[in-house]
Amino acid sequence: MTRPSATPDKTKSRPAGTAAPARISVRGLTMAYGSFVVMKDLEFDIAERDIFVIMGGSGCGKSTLLRHLIGLHEPAAGEVFFDGENFTATPPDRREKFIRRFGVMYQSGALWSSLTLAENVGLPLEEFTTLNARQRRELVNYKLALVGLSGYEDYYPSQVSGGMNKRAGIARAMAMDPDILFLDEPGAGLDPLSSRRLDDLILRLRDSLGSTVVIVTHELASIFAIATNAVFLDTDTRRQGAVGPPDELRQRADNPAVRLFLNRGEEVPSD
Amino acid sequence: MSRSNDPPILEWTREGDCPVLVVSGTWNRTGPVCEIRGEAPDQPPARYRCDDLGEFDSTLPATMLALIRQTTGGAAAGRPKPESKSKPDPDEDAAGVTLDGLPDDLRGLMELALGVAERSDAKSPVARRRSLGQFLGQTSQRVGAALLGVIEFVGLSVQSLGRLLVGRARFRRADLWLTIQECGVQALPIVSLISFLIGVILAFVGGYQLAGFGAEIFVADLVGIAMVREMGVVMTGIIMSGRTGAAFAAHIGSMKANEEIDALRTFGLNPFDFLVLPRLLALVLMMPLLTVYANLVGILGGMLVGVASGIPAVLYWQQTLTAIDLTTASLGVFKSVFFGAAIAICGCMQGMKAASSSAGVGQATTRAVVASITMVIVLDSAFAAIFTVLDI
Repeated sequence: MTRPSATPDKTKSRPAGTAAPARISVRGLTMAYGSFVVMKDLEFDIAERDIFVIMGGSGCGKSTLLRHLIGLHEPAAGEVFFDGENFTATPPDRREKFIRRFGVMYQSGALWSSLTLAENVGLPLEEFTTLNARQRRELVNYKLALVGLSGYEDYYPSQVSGGMNKRAGIARAMAMDPDILFLDEPGAGLDPLSSRRLDDLILRLRDSLGSTVVIVTHELASIFAIATNAVFLDTDTRRQGAVGPPDELRQRADNPAVRLFLNRGEEVPSD
Repeated sequence: MSRSNDPPILEWTREGDCPVLVVSGTWNRTGPVCEIRGEAPDQPPARYRCDDLGEFDSTLPATMLALIRQTTGGAAAGRPKPESKSKPDPDEDAAGVTLDGLPDDLRGLMELALGVAERSDAKSPVARRRSLGQFLGQTSQRVGAALLGVIEFVGLSVQSLGRLLVGRARFRRADLWLTIQECGVQALPIVSLISFLIGVILAFVGGYQLAGFGAEIFVADLVGIAMVREMGVVMTGIIMSGRTGAAFAAHIGSMKANEEIDALRTFGLNPFDFLVLPRLLALVLMMPLLTVYANLVGILGGMLVGVASGIPAVLYWQQTLTAIDLTTASLGVFKSVFFGAAIAICGCMQGMKAASSSAGVGQATTRAVVASITMVIVLDSAFAAIFTVLDI
């Protein structure tokens, strides 16, 4: 990370119409498993320092979209751009410069079970930096402290709770100081307090590090608490339902499915 | 403001009685290692001066955190954040350490890092150095517990067989047939290849030695007796240990990691009846059949070498029949039942004992293969001794 040039913006919502540079652009993206089309014609931008939420009902393809954004799946059609550079057109063996800028937390943490939490966070530093052992240890301790896991460095993933696994997953995602954090269902399966703390953590990390955060979730409380922008994936039409700040979409989305989703099934008349 | 290539420096100074930390330079992971100047006090800095601080990455807060923990004696590095307060008050010192003088972004990161107290009591799972006495004591305890575990598992398997006999064991019949198919028919190709080659090797080695005495025809006796008494059943046992025993351990181990075994228990299904019994039955039923098959294929391999070296096939076959009586032929098959049970029990037991992680499943599989091959050889030695005493 580099020190953000401007004073961090502590307010969560970005004023409508503010032209921030697009960090990620998705153009005409169609996702498919063989001949089965999951979603088609997705088109949205994720601005720098956005906390962007990919939302939608269960099984609508949220995680699949995330996997397309990070290059684990190839799109059936369309393209993904990072800072204007075409990620999709870059052959997988030349994507290293893009991948170095990502940090990804998977749904279940996906920590390597044969390594301790410290070794999990330290592995990328060991492989991709020239830092000495003391510097690496200090960085690992710091990253684990950021997610509130000081003292658990020598525990194995199976020895700590699910919530701690997720937080360690975030610490590992941040290991290489990425510009963009991708978080797959960070709050799922956590108690309300832990979930709230995780939301705070994400907000403060964005504010302090200036990262862009892309989150897959369907938890409304989290969405309204932290998201600056969101895309809704509509299972029925297999297209994006709406793009915009969740507070606005709840009141004014043209698509009734979006309003229903954001109001927990209670219809609110469109303005 | 600093130039972009100033080296990273942390310097302790004092303002009156208070220690002050001066932070300067450009902090970059790929840049020079930071220099710490001045004598570290025994208390955290009362304020910071960051006038000459340039750009920085995570190495700066990481170094500062380590330094603050040093000055506070490590354990006292943080004060727990009140549960009800989700965001610490920026004016309040994070973790009882002041952060005055830090730029906002760095201050935010340090507040986060110091926000939750370090759990010093959590630092225990690393193995401490043990004395020889402790090591021996703990090892004997572990071996004792492992032996008890084996006895318990065998006991539970027998109970499960008992429930099967009185018709009260609950398991899916389809699972039994599927396992029979997996450890029977599907094992035929590898059993054929190995047994055939063993027969060929025995015939080559034996034939060469016997030719010295002009007794080539006795190669049929050698191959026949060696296959039906020992090689057929032992090789089948080893193949099934590596193939099926490992599969049992990996399957049951990953079921345990996914809480599938707990799910069976909460439905009132006995995991022994449901998982161990079909596998035990399948292997006990299939091992004798595979052994008979392996014996025949081995004899065929030997016959091929015999024919190639000039012994007529009919003569070879008749010599084999003369050498092997029914008792000799049934010894290997008799042993195979016990080998089958041992392999199934080793595989299933290691799976049931596996730690709930992918690494645990790997370890369980390794242990299952080692244990079942060892059991096959140990049981075979025991049978060899018994048969010698009984003169058969």
